[in-house]
Formats: sequence, structure tokens, C-alpha cells
Amino acid sequence: MTAIVLSGVQLPDGSTTDLNLADGHIVEEAPSGAETVDCSGLIALPGLVDPHTHLREPGREDTETVLSGSRAAARGGFTAVCAMANTQPVTDTAEKAEHVHGLGLRAGLVDVQVIGAITKGLKGAELAELGLMNRSRAKVTMFSDDGMCVQDASLMRKAFEWVKPFGGVLAQHSQDSTLAGPGACCHEGELSGRLGLGGWPPVAESIIIARDAMLAEATGSRLHVCHITTAEGVDVVRWAKARGIHVTAEVTPHHLLLGTEELVDYDTVYKVNPPLRTSEHREALRAALADGTIDVVGTDHAPHAAQDKDHAFADAKPGMIGLEQALASVIETMVKPGLLDWATVADRMSHAPAKLARLSGQGRPLAVGEPANVVLVDPTRTAVVDKDASASLSRNNPYHGRLLPDPIEATYLRGRETYRRG
Amino acid sequence: MKHLLSIADLSVEEIHSILNLAEEMHDVQSRPVKKLPALRGRTVVNLFFEDSTRTRSSFELAAKWLSADAINVSAKGSSVSKGESMRDTLLTLDAMGVDAIVMRHAGSGAVRQAAGWVRASMINAGDGMHEHPTQALLDAHAIRRHLARNGLGTIDGKRVSITGDLIHSRVVRSNVLLLKKLGASVVLVAPPTLLPPGVETWGVDVSHELDPVLPDVDVAMMLRVQRERMLGGYFPSEREYIDAYGLTAGRLAKLKEGACIAHPGPMNRGLEISSAAADSAGSIVLDQVSSGVAVRMSVLYHLLAGEEQ
Amino acid sequence: MEQAPRTVMTADEMTWTLTRMAHEILERNHGSAGVILLGILTRGAPLAARLAEIAAEQGHTLPVGNLDITMYRDDLRAHPTRPVGRTVLPGPVDDAVVVLVDDVLYSGRTVQAALHALADLGRPRAIQLAALVDRGLRELPIQADVVGRQVPTARDERVRVAVREIDGEDLVTIERTSL
Repeated sequence: MTAIVLSGVQLPDGSTTDLNLADGHIVEEAPSGAETVDCSGLIALPGLVDPHTHLREPGREDTETVLSGSRAAARGGFTAVCAMANTQPVTDTAEKAEHVHGLGLRAGLVDVQVIGAITKGLKGAELAELGLMNRSRAKVTMFSDDGMCVQDASLMRKAFEWVKPFGGVLAQHSQDSTLAGPGACCHEGELSGRLGLGGWPPVAESIIIARDAMLAEATGSRLHVCHITTAEGVDVVRWAKARGIHVTAEVTPHHLLLGTEELVDYDTVYKVNPPLRTSEHREALRAALADGTIDVVGTDHAPHAAQDKDHAFADAKPGMIGLEQALASVIETMVKPGLLDWATVADRMSHAPAKLARLSGQGRPLAVGEPANVVLVDPTRTAVVDKDASASLSRNNPYHGRLLPDPIEATYLRGRETYRRG
Repeated sequence: MKHLLSIADLSVEEIHSILNLAEEMHDVQSRPVKKLPALRGRTVVNLFFEDSTRTRSSFELAAKWLSADAINVSAKGSSVSKGESMRDTLLTLDAMGVDAIVMRHAGSGAVRQAAGWVRASMINAGDGMHEHPTQALLDAHAIRRHLARNGLGTIDGKRVSITGDLIHSRVVRSNVLLLKKLGASVVLVAPPTLLPPGVETWGVDVSHELDPVLPDVDVAMMLRVQRERMLGGYFPSEREYIDAYGLTAGRLAKLKEGACIAHPGPMNRGLEISSAAADSAGSIVLDQVSSGVAVRMSVLYHLLAGEEQ
Repeated sequence: MEQAPRTVMTADEMTWTLTRMAHEILERNHGSAGVILLGILTRGAPLAARLAEIAAEQGHTLPVGNLDITMYRDDLRAHPTRPVGRTVLPGPVDDAVVVLVDDVLYSGRTVQAALHALADLGRPRAIQLAALVDRGLRELPIQADVVGRQVPTARDERVRVAVREIDGEDLVTIERTSL
């Protein structure tokens, strides 16, 4: 295996050093013949870990495959992604989990950690084979019906109890379906009233977070709150953490950067569930990510074909892609305003998500002896996003045409270059 | 004017121009030959993703009386289920070279989306819970005629109440925008469960009670309340709704002399409006119906008669 | 370059001309029985009203109406959307003798449109045409029955008819326009 010296690179703590990558690890001294990369002006972060990715394979390989999604992830600086269970068929058995796991190994560009469904077929009625998935080669530790919310409190309680012995975590898409049903597609407020779009009230999120936090407390189990979007939801998480409940929360790059006002022309690229919110919510999310109430950034990368978006707003599929612009959004909304430094970026986008999904060998510090999972970042470079310049098979990119940071220079998975700026 | 998507896009001058021509078109309806050659050779497609016999036939007559060729395309049953995107449906019609597409869709904003895809003029015949511009124009037309008949002046300075299921109504948004542009003051009356979010930013008064509102209004517009809304908890019972918001025979007496009663239909007699009110001397409900074709002729003329934009 | 307008009819001349035209109309129709005047909008309308006034001074009642022909024009698509005027009929046109009144007779296309418009309003017994100015250059086989003045013109000339009801003065001028 080739050896690489990342020469004069800045570490997240601000110090400058040479990082020697050899045999998949960070080593004390570079072997002779190592390729030297001049990294002056660049920052090295531990390879990013996405706790929330939709790879669409099996089922909708026209919109994304494990391979194409892995490429997009590497371009976004990721060395691991957690693949959501809402494929066709749903990942709700050990065999299906191992299938996706195997596709990830074959692609070989990022570690693909499989997320299993909480309930069979995401139907919210019966538990999926949680333990068998955990004991499979896929070693599933995180379970989610994402896209759907487990409405039945009793079933959710049983799921918490079932995964506790093997340390599983339930990642909930928090949406009370009686408060925010299928027609809910726009943050409930002035704009939803004006545009006549079905309102998605913040309380539909916070009420489920509160319920699940109390179930997690009652069962002593772990809750992860997917894509939190509201100030109220953040308050509930803060309260639950203060109470000692095992809860983590995630925010998406798009909820940090984009607002409900994007919907004014009914452009379905901005349709996402939960919806884009107003600036007050955005500010609360940024503050919560800064103070650690929100633990991780998760992309909720959700590729869709054009024909699934070219409908009336209410009928279009929700979701937007985000792997490639995730760090750009975090730099724009968090680093530039001084809310996060590079060390905390490394925490929210690498250490914490790796810990959440119990990924060994990911999210480790950039230190001798650790796996050589590294992303090189140019903190000053910017570019106008072009949706067609994407490794994803889909084009539902909400950042298209925007001037954003363009930070990713190269990504290394266990010392092997998986992306370099072309 | 290239499209008619929202009342918000119209200037006051354009609104007056449409309403004035509608007056002329109204006369055409009483002629032996109800046909004008202005749109000869033009093709108008009625593309209705959602059924509405009344609106569709009104647009169809309007097009035909202006000598346009009009065809009806029923796209009922969302194209989502058929695997064809809404965009494909629109592009297919557009590729046939039609001049205007009159579109009704259950999805708010669908007609504005369509306008971004096609070359033809798009006319919004009702998009979800968003807008129904021609309905608002014909309501204004009927109100204008009522005021003129009774020597009561113009809409400018008049007070209009709109009462009913406002949160699910596309008519209320168009009417608020239009009436305000014409100088009327608007008061929306509904229980909190049936008011759209953000209504306090609309520049209208809002009341949860009908009784104190009625004595001051020149026009009492009642909107349809669907009985099925009880299932969603929007109101407890018909009895309770009528008690607070129904234009009952008893409430008629609270209206001032010369005030008129409007309802864009279809009416739920005995719920939001009593037969006594619907059939009273002040009712302009039938004028609203008969205004439909004239107003739509005027809209079609304004969009299609001149050189292509 | 435009040349200074040349006057072809003064206010007094217009009054005399209209008086003669009113007489001709009454003469042709052996009085006013069953005859109605329809002024073609815009400037045909006040001219029709004045013809009726003159007839009234002679003891003849000529009912007057206005005819808007905008929607019948064959060049609608060549211009931005035109405003539409109001057609007002003094009574049914069926079996009446309708005298169309216009300010200038030129290509004949306006009259053609008016004939179409009239056909949609009913079936007159006869239709006649009275024009204040006939400037020639017809593009259709149409002639006026009553003409105020024949004014030979070229295509690059513009005939302007001003009437006091609309323009504040009575005047007919010709000017040359550079094409």
C-alpha cells in the first residue's frame, strides 16, 4: 500500500504538522518513497461520518446506488455513511442488512453502516428482526423507520426494550402523523397560509421527541432524534439531556442553511420532510449545534428522480441530496460566524456520529496509531454549486446556483485516496 | 398579461379592464348569436386534474363564445399514480401547440409550476387551497353589478365579510387580494380552527364572531363548509357551527339596507347559509353564477386576443 | 420626417358636410321610418349622434347607437390587446335599415368587421354606409352610400379626424408620414 505524507497540514486543534499515512494508519515516520502532498493552508479533519444517508439500493438504483452514493460521500469528505432502511425492499431482516453491507464493501469508497428498520416494512405494526440484524455480518446497531415515524407508543417502548441488551439505538423521524399528516409539506405559518400548502406545525415534532425521551428514560434505552428542525424540539432535547436521558440529536445541513421562504415559487427541490423552517428555528438549531445540545450533523441525503419531483408541490417526493455540500453548509452557517471551530466541527461531523453508530475505526483523533481516515479541507475556497457536477445519480440539489464554500480537497479511507479534487 | 395565476399578479388597471370588458360580455349572453370572432383559430384546453363541472363548462362556453376551439382533458386521478409526471402531462399538451391551458389541480401552486414549463398561457382555475382568481373576479363583477343596480357606487370603500371554512378555501385568498386592490375593507370571520395560519398579516380584520360584524358590511360573503370537516375536529356539530357562523334567517335582519349576500357555491343550504338568506332579495348568488362566463370571456380575451407575448 | 398637417375640412365645413349627409340619408330612405344610425367606435359615435341631431331639427327621429367592432377586427393578433368599447343598440336591428357611420373610409376592413358584427346582432333589412371622409385606397369591394368628402390620398399619408366631443375641436387634416 502506498504511503502518503500530508505535509504542513493544520490539525483541528490549530497546530501544524506532517501527517504520515501508511498501511491504513497514521504512523510516526513516513516510510521511504512516500508521496508528499503539500498541505500548506489546508486543514485535516478526521473522515466525516454521516449518520443519515439514503442510498436507494436496492429498489431505486435509477436514483442512487451504494456505489454512486459512496462516490458522492467521498467527494463530500465522508469515510463512513449510515444507510437508511427505507429501500425497496425495506432493510428489516438480517439477510437484507447483509446484502446492503456487502454492496458497501464492494464499492469500497466509504464504510457503509447499515441502519435496520424498527418495524417490518416500516409499517409501524410489528417489530423487525432487530436482534438478528445486530448479530448479522452487518452488525446493525442503529434502527430507524425514517421517512415514517413510529406512531404507536407501546410498540416504540417494546423496541427500546428489545434493543437495550445489545446496546442498540432507535433513530426516530419525529412526526406525529395526526398533527402533521401526509398533506403537511410546509412549515406551518404565514407562508403556508399564504401559499395554501398543508401546514407542518413544530409541535408535531416536539411532542414525539418528548414522548420518545420519556420512553427512553423509562426503559433506560438510547434515543437518537433524526433531523431535528424546531426550537421547541431543541428545548425538549436540552431538557432530556439535563435529566440524564440517553438522547442524541441530529441536524441536517439544509435545515441549518435554508429557510421556508425558499418555497415561495413552489419549487419542489425544496420539498423535504421535515420541512424547511423560519429563521428563528434556524438560529435555535445553529445555537444548539454549537452548544452540543445537537450532537451530530446528518445529511439526510435523499436522491430522487426528476419524474418524482415534477409534480404539484404536495404530490412531489420529499427530500434533497446533501452529501457533497454538507461541510460547505456547516462552514457557511457555523464556522464563518464563529459558532464552531474546527475541533468542534470534527466532533459534530465525525467523532460524535461514529460514537452514535458504534463505528469502530471511524471518528478517531488524527493521532499516531489511529486509522488513516482523513479529509483535507481548504477553508477559504468557494464555488457556485452546479447540480450536474455531482457524483450522485440524482439532481435534486437545493444548493444549485448558490455561491458556497468548496472545501473538500481530498479524502482518505484507511490511507487510500477515495477522492481528490480534479 | 401572459398568464392568470394569482390575483396578486394583477395591477388595479388590469383588474378594472377585465371587469369592464366582462360587462360587455355579459350583454353578449342575451344576444341571439352568442358568439364573437375575437379568438378564432385559438385553442384553449381545459385541463382538470380535479372535477368541477361548473368551472369547466363555464370556461368552455367562454372559449367557444369567443370562437376559440376548446377541448376538455380530464386528468382525474393524479398522474402520480399513473407514473406520468405533471410536467409530462403539461409538456404533451403544450407540444400540440395549444394557446392556453385552463388548469384545475388539487395541489396548491400547481398552475404556477406549470407556467414555468410551457409556452402556452396558463389560467388558474383553482389550485388546491391556494387561489381561484376567476372566481374572485366574477364575485367582484357580481358585486359591482349589484352596487350599480342599486345606485350604491363602487367597491371602493365598501366593507366585505367572508365567513366560513377559510383555511381550506382557495376562494378566500383570491377574494382578499382582489377586494383589497379594489379598495374594499375585508373582515374574515371563522372559528380559530378554520382560519389560515398567518392571517394576521393579510391586512384584513379577523373576527371569531359573526353577529357583531354583520351590521357594518355591504357584502356578506359566505363560503362553503364541508360536513366532513367535523371528522377532523374543525367544528363540533352542524348545530354549533350554525349557531355561531350560519347566515340564518334571524341573522338576515342584522344586515343593513342594501347589503348583499354572496356565495361562490356550491352552497350547503341549512349549514353556512339558510335558504331564507340564499333566496332573499339581497342575494346575488345567481348573479355570481351568470357572471362566470362573462368574466372568463374577458380573461381569455385579455390573455389571448393580442399579439403573442 | 413629417410635413406640417394640411387642413382638408374646417369646423364649419364639417357642420355643413354633416348637414348634407343627414339630408342624403333621409332622402335615400324616404324619411326616417325604420332607419337607425350606428356609429362605429370611436369617432363614428359622435358623428352619428350629430347626424341624428340634424335630422331631429328637420323633424325626423333617427335612433342612434354605437357599434364596437374590436373583436371582429382581422388584425387583433398584430397588436397588443386592444381595449373593447361598448356596443349600444337603440332597438332591435332586425328588419331595420341600419346606417353605419364612420369617420374615415379607407381599406374597407373596418366596415367589413362592422358588417360581421352586425350580422351577429340580428338581420337588418338593409345596411348602408355613411363616411365623413373617403380617402380611397380600398382593399375590399366596399363603397359608401353617403360620403362627406372624397379626399384622394397616398398610403404614406395619414388622415386625422378630430371631433369636439372627443378631441375638443372639429377638424380634418392630412399629413405625410415617413414610412
